[in-house]
Amino acid sequence: MSTLVLAATTGLTNKGVAALTYGLGAIGPGIGIGYLVGQSVQAMARQPEAAGMVRTTMFLGIAFVEALALIGFVVFFLAGA
Amino acid sequence: MLALQFPPLGHIVDWPNFIGGNNAWYGVNKVVLIYLLAMLATMLIFIVGNQKKLVPTGMQNVAESAVEFIEDGIAMETMGKEGLKYTPYLLSLFLFIFFCNIFEIIPGFQMPATARIALPMFLALLSYVIYHGAGIKAHGPLGYFKHALVPPGVPIALLVLVIPIEFISKFLVQPFSHTVRLFANLLAGHILLVTFAVLSSGLWTLKWYAVFLPLPVVAVVFFTAFEILVSFLQAYVFTLLTGVYINAAQSHEH
Repeated sequence: MSTLVLAATTGLTNKGVAALTYGLGAIGPGIGIGYLVGQSVQAMARQPEAAGMVRTTMFLGIAFVEALALIGFVVFFLAGA
Repeated sequence: MLALQFPPLGHIVDWPNFIGGNNAWYGVNKVVLIYLLAMLATMLIFIVGNQKKLVPTGMQNVAESAVEFIEDGIAMETMGKEGLKYTPYLLSLFLFIFFCNIFEIIPGFQMPATARIALPMFLALLSYVIYHGAGIKAHGPLGYFKHALVPPGVPIALLVLVIPIEFISKFLVQPFSHTVRLFANLLAGHILLVTFAVLSSGLWTLKWYAVFLPLPVVAVVFFTAFEILVSFLQAYVFTLLTGVYINAAQSHEH
């Protein structure tokens, strides 16, 4: 059932749909950041001398993954207003 | 049972002008005041860092470690030796964003200037001009577009597909995501702090549910500490990405 149909049948408001959809949209980036940081910690533990490089790359990766969640956050305000 | 009044979004990021009328072009409100203070703090670091005392004391220590952090952690890390000439720009970018962010937790202000999209957008566009300018300077106008839009080793038939995708991602989506990353992080942090502060004040009663008061109070304290980290990290990430984009635009490796 699509969100629109769900909204029509359950009487969800625009705000409710926006909140629900942002929650769904945050799942992917959540998994992504978890995996990214986990792997980076593993890499730093295996090779502490490469920790600086791994950390920089990790933040870079986090920034790219996080952008998806943050665009969802902005869309949430645009749709829920 | 709780008569909580969450303020609408406009009420927590819009501030009335206290100098000049509400429509005056020279009007100064809280956000403009934060810009000015952050600018002063950034200039102070530059002035203090310019004293050439052999044994640094006090503020000069802070300034020198900031320069070293940008030089080693960002300029060298992303662009190598030829990136060192961008250190002043990256340093002022980092310090200005960090000072604008840190006003989020300074009592009396408690408003990150970067939670209004105007500032992140301006800084992202400034970086946009700088990194495309660096690319055009390194490759020439036509050469730069070829460098940016045509990835090496792609079959000719696929170029019809690849060039529009590269154009959209490099020239349109990249500055947008650069802006939104900073803006939305700080706005989210601000809303988080407002939410728990409103919750704390709503539970400040003599009813039985006042026993839950410690929870939001602890959350406010915890998230205030967390926002210090976020302020630093977002300034770092914005500067780091600027470095990465400059490097991508001017690099010669193919």
